Amino acid sequence: MITITLNGETRQFDPDLNLAQLVDRLGHTGHRIAIERNGEIVPKRLHGETLLLAGDRLEIVVAVGGG
Amino acid sequence: MECLLPAALYVRITKPMQDAPFQIADRVYGSRLLVGTGKYKDFTETRAAIDASGAEIVTVAIRRVNIGQDAQAPSLLDYLPPSQFTYLPNTAGCYSADDAVRTLRLARELLDGHKLVKLEVLGDAHSLYPNVVETLRAAETLVKDGFDVMVYTSDDPIIAKQLEEIGCCAIMPLASLIGSGMGILNPWNLKLIIEQARVPVIVDAGVGTASDAAIAMELGCDGVLMNTAIAAAQQPVLMASAMRKGVEAGREAFLAGRMPRKLYSASPSSPTTGMIG
Repeated sequence: MITITLNGETRQFDPDLNLAQLVDRLGHTGHRIAIERNGEIVPKRLHGETLLLAGDRLEIVVAVGGG
Repeated sequence: MECLLPAALYVRITKPMQDAPFQIADRVYGSRLLVGTGKYKDFTETRAAIDASGAEIVTVAIRRVNIGQDAQAPSLLDYLPPSQFTYLPNTAGCYSADDAVRTLRLARELLDGHKLVKLEVLGDAHSLYPNVVETLRAAETLVKDGFDVMVYTSDDPIIAKQLEEIGCCAIMPLASLIGSGMGILNPWNLKLIIEQARVPVIVDAGVGTASDAAIAMELGCDGVLMNTAIAAAQQPVLMASAMRKGVEAGREAFLAGRMPRKLYSASPSSPTTGMIG
């Protein structure tokens, strides 16, 4: 297992997981989300080829109600 | 003798004056009311209120997904499909230019390259007053990065001008503090901003009820943006409808040009001749 920080929380995942697979595990496949990895946005088209690495800091965001 | 006017003239008299198109960046909108999507009881009420408001541009916030909670729970996007509305992602809650820029870059990724954004950088969690120094910094970065920036700011006309010179596509001064419902506190500053601006001026924040929206429009604002005034009304859907009418009434009154104010006129509206007796 590798340890990452996901939306500010420490989480463990299998190694060799890519971002598309991570999104799937979180149940968000098909949802409008955006991912930032270590401060850089990872475009959707690269989710499938971007591997999670130990120590990664991920932010996954959605649009919510706001003024 | 009966005097008949040509039919075309009747049309001209009875139809309201043709308004200039309300254009922001490269798009023209029918409604001059922009609304937020926060603070509603549920998404059904959100949708009903926005439909009643007639708004085409809706603001949204960008937040972390709830990890571990039901990922299949309904989302705002199910109720307000981006195909039916123009989304205006905001930077609510950001206190630095860097955080605001980061948030809007995520929003652009989230919304498939969408460029139209609302920039707000707050300076104080207690009053939610904007930090104009950080706002100017963020605006420069975002404009250079290709965003169409609608910018929330104070009602300082100098800052408003600087934001316009940076290239913001709409200037959005507060009427009073966010969520306060205190109405139009400084119409004179808003007037100064409106008179000098070459981009749309939209009052953002402070409107409490429909007459506030009408006053903003009568001053010559191009539009009004609000959230709490609708969402925190006892009946949000009815207030949304009232706001739609307030904005429309205020716009028509602005176009019509109000009569001059006089302490008294000594000029009654009824004839002074032909009195009985």
